[in-house]
Amino acid sequence: MSAPPPGTPGRAGPRRTDGGNGHAGADGNGRAGGAGRTDGGAGLGRTDGGAGLGRTDGGAGRAAARRLAGRAASALFIAVVLAFFAFPLLWLASAPFDAHPTITASLPEFTLANFRELLDNPYALTSLRNSVYLAFWTMLLVVGTGALASYALSRVRVPGRDAILYALLLLSSIVTGTAAMVPIFLLAFELNLVDTHLGVVLVLAGGLLPAAIFILKDFMDNTPTSYEESARVFGATPLQILRHIVIPTVRPGLATIAVWTVATVWSSFLPPFLLLRDPELSPAAVVMYTFYTEGGQPNLPLISTFSLLYSLPVVVMYVFVSRRYGFRFHGGIKR
Amino acid sequence: MGRATSDAEAGSDPGAGSGADAGTGGTAGAGGAGVGAHAPPPAPAPPGDAAGLGRPRALAFVTPALVLILVFLVFPALWTIYLGVTDYRLTGIAAVEPRVVGLDNYGRAVGDERFHTSLWLTLQFVLGSAVIGQAGLGFAIAWVTRGRGRTLRGLVEGLVMLAWILPGSVVAFLWIALLDRDGGTLNALLDTPGAAWLLDHPMLSVIVFNVWRGTAFSMMLYSAALQSVPPSHLETARLAGASTWQQLRDVVFPHIRGHALTNLLLISLWTFNDFTPFLLTAGGPEGRSEVLAVYILNVAVRGGELGYGAAISFLILLINLIVALFYLRMLRERRTAAPAEPVAGGGR
Amino acid sequence: MSPLRRPAAALALLTALTLPLAACARGGGGGGDGKEITLTIASNAISGGKNAEEADWVQKWVIPRFVAAQKAKGVTAKVVFQASGVEDEQYKTKQALDLKSRSGADVIAMDGIWVGEFAQAGYLKPLGEVGGPEVDKWDGWQQIPEAVQGLGEFEGKRYGIPMGTDGRVLFFNRKLFAQAGLPADWQPRSWRDILDAGAKLKAIKGVTPIQWNAGTAMGEATSMQGFLPLLAGAGAEVYAGGKWTGASQAVIDVLDFYAKIYRGGLGDPRLQQEAKGRDKSFQEFAEGKIGILAEGDYFWRGVVEPKEGVAPMPDREQTVGYALIPAREPGKGVRGQDFVSMSGGSVRVLNPSSKHPGQAWELLSFMHSAEATKAEIGDVPRVSARMDVNAQLLAGDPMLRFISEKVLPITSYRPPLAVYPQVSTAIQEATASVVSGATPAQAAAAYQRKLEGVVGGPGNIGR
Repeated sequence: MSAPPPGTPGRAGPRRTDGGNGHAGADGNGRAGGAGRTDGGAGLGRTDGGAGLGRTDGGAGRAAARRLAGRAASALFIAVVLAFFAFPLLWLASAPFDAHPTITASLPEFTLANFRELLDNPYALTSLRNSVYLAFWTMLLVVGTGALASYALSRVRVPGRDAILYALLLLSSIVTGTAAMVPIFLLAFELNLVDTHLGVVLVLAGGLLPAAIFILKDFMDNTPTSYEESARVFGATPLQILRHIVIPTVRPGLATIAVWTVATVWSSFLPPFLLLRDPELSPAAVVMYTFYTEGGQPNLPLISTFSLLYSLPVVVMYVFVSRRYGFRFHGGIKR
Repeated sequence: MGRATSDAEAGSDPGAGSGADAGTGGTAGAGGAGVGAHAPPPAPAPPGDAAGLGRPRALAFVTPALVLILVFLVFPALWTIYLGVTDYRLTGIAAVEPRVVGLDNYGRAVGDERFHTSLWLTLQFVLGSAVIGQAGLGFAIAWVTRGRGRTLRGLVEGLVMLAWILPGSVVAFLWIALLDRDGGTLNALLDTPGAAWLLDHPMLSVIVFNVWRGTAFSMMLYSAALQSVPPSHLETARLAGASTWQQLRDVVFPHIRGHALTNLLLISLWTFNDFTPFLLTAGGPEGRSEVLAVYILNVAVRGGELGYGAAISFLILLINLIVALFYLRMLRERRTAAPAEPVAGGGR
Repeated sequence: MSPLRRPAAALALLTALTLPLAACARGGGGGGDGKEITLTIASNAISGGKNAEEADWVQKWVIPRFVAAQKAKGVTAKVVFQASGVEDEQYKTKQALDLKSRSGADVIAMDGIWVGEFAQAGYLKPLGEVGGPEVDKWDGWQQIPEAVQGLGEFEGKRYGIPMGTDGRVLFFNRKLFAQAGLPADWQPRSWRDILDAGAKLKAIKGVTPIQWNAGTAMGEATSMQGFLPLLAGAGAEVYAGGKWTGASQAVIDVLDFYAKIYRGGLGDPRLQQEAKGRDKSFQEFAEGKIGILAEGDYFWRGVVEPKEGVAPMPDREQTVGYALIPAREPGKGVRGQDFVSMSGGSVRVLNPSSKHPGQAWELLSFMHSAEATKAEIGDVPRVSARMDVNAQLLAGDPMLRFISEKVLPITSYRPPLAVYPQVSTAIQEATASVVSGATPAQAAAAYQRKLEGVVGGPGNIGR
């Protein structure tokens, strides 16, 4: 993008020459218009509308033009993002309704028979219930113990705490790998946790906690301590402070961890597969793998249909959580 | 009151920075102290224990998580690292009497040309899909949609989340349907029949795929983090005519620096260990998309060599440690390089 | 860091904390004195999913009848079916872990090729040692051909009862053959005949003449359907006389045949590289885009089967032809054969840690009685291990009778050793490099080097 010409009017002009980079389109146009230079359109002719507005209105118009261009750019960006994320999902939208789905997306020979067949499957619906159960308890355990631990770690100095925390995070990458399945299984076996949901929840929670604490601690660190101090002056106990002051402040962080935990548990395969024996206890991610033939070929009608049912609960949960907890700005504490 | 609060917050920023200074222990505090994009911060609140937690109670708070982590994470992880110095297999004779082979597994990996290729591909994969792709796009989405209406936001976030929560096996079907050379949707759209994306551009394909797959986490984290940026600061900056870039650099970034670092550390680590590309390309053609996690799968797990697989897992851990130190350095250099320049008219 | 020094203490603490919960969550255990028993059957089969017929048979046929028979003897038996539906490798892992921890099901179904490595690891013991003298007296053994019994044997001892077997043949599309002027009852006598037919098929637009599995993406399908039948046709076996076959002339011949197909324009080299190449090859065959396909009889039963197949062909009976895989030249195959094949199959074994080994054997032998085998096969015929059952049930399916009568007598088996999967990977890589341009000699040399690393030095490699 063109560097701002010297002497360009406008106090908003970037102070560093590289400052305009990220924003050169909108910024440059506004400026060109405002300056009323005759060659204004030549180099920057992409958003003529903005330039025109700027010319008629002077300074105020410049801001309006910039806003307009900014809006256009962000609308375009959103459209591209939507297309990028929606496009690969086409198969998921067509295959479940197709009488003969193949590995490519095509206009379906419309049918609902796949759903009927899926409902006849003895494990499909139970497995979704199991997934909810595992995800819920793991989430509760991770958010609960993670919030307590990250709060304490954030407020009380422990020598080398960050190093330890990062070391734990690194170790968690080992136990989520395939190489760790033997130790994990034998551990669960010794603890009598094989074929129990509890075992799966504990193993998953242990693996997720370091990352959860890592993330939550940032949020805890970011909250002002002044409120806690005043609350303490008025005699609040640490638990009360945590509950009434810290938790509401870091709510977006807790919501993030909750959603992240649920989504991770929802799609995790290896721990529940290794630790559970009774198919009645299997979560959906494991049952998904049953829809293959003896030769390993996928039963596409069932897989696509089940994927659809499988993914909906988490999306619904996310939308719910983000509306209920995540994205409401909490006045009072921060302004 | 409002002003006082903002000041207190500005004062707590360095704390955020140092909080993320993982891995460097003692120097962390020094690195973070007194650095901030704002005007000289007022004397921060007495560091640490604002709520009067005290060590015993702090320990009680930490214990539940610690016990879980020690038993279900540290214990099996150390065991796995131990397996890395043996020739352990799950079946066959080596299952009964695994021998300690010392560093042979490591020597074998370091001497394996395929491992080198794989490491190089993994670095491309992490840099391209996680650091640039997921973190960049995730932040951009969080930033652009932050003031938008609920419906639009819900739609964007719902789609991005969907990509993240679908199980790997299903996602593989989706992307093969998209990129297939015969009936692929992308070829139909671009009118490029027969273009074999997965075979001719395997790394590019899996990188783009992983951006699609994993952006949700960065988006979610940044969405939450952006809420720690007081709207009043942004508003004043905007009224003062700061460009978007300036707002990001001078107002937003200082507030989310810690989150940005955490995000980079986490997604790099996860991407290093992600073997979903296997489902798309099986590591091929000719190993041209065989990232380390797939290498483990192909070389160690399929062949039943769990000891070797454990050793490579540990190598990946060490590489991640180096990457983390690099991030920390990068962030610190950045802090010292960028002069504490007042926000354009920052309202003060 | 100090807690790290005492993992045992932490473990004990956690055990104390979690044990009561775990006990609640766990299903009722086995135990008992032989009058009240619980037996568990494990298989990679699940109702409504993978191998559903087998799962349904166990649950609806085997269990009620076995329980009734035990009741007649005054034994209260409870039989639990532990269903799974995952990739074979994952099922193998799970069974290995169970057996390693001395737990797991009493009767376990597994791929015959795992028997050796499980036995070496001490996870399995010979059937006679577990089930007692009754094992050798079982009348079913006479009905199972020696070669098929080999599926459940290791180092000369019986470890399991084979469930069934299969065979590899050449499938071809008769419609395409008619267009290319080739006979509907095609039977090649040599590799040359296959290539010649491919050359004629090449004239038809949009048709891939030959699909011969290659490359790493196909996994074991490359070895089992591609390389190993050819190797047998070149007169060699991958493991013979205690040594593995290295870069011998036979291996070079096999790789040369691959080169002729994929570099001579008779096959689609890119398909071999695709992650879902095998699924796609099935789909393309069903759509009439592939002329000749080397596959197992699973292709006939489970892929192009008109109703339930994954790539159904309503006109399967008319369109799909099949032929024996020829040796390189007549008489040049392994054991001097004119035609060759490869076979595998699953077996059922007893868990050495079974609490009721005697009754577990009763259950196992009951599951392999003629009556039970007939019920197991049900409506979709397949080749069982028992000759008496095959004689009755395969009458209606000429293709499977062909497998049973023509293919099984000439077939070969893979070595059931723990290192075989790595050898198989080396095989797949050798074919991959030929498909993408290496000469057969180069690929064979690379294979030899790889093999030396895998099997412990050149001393274990024959020529």
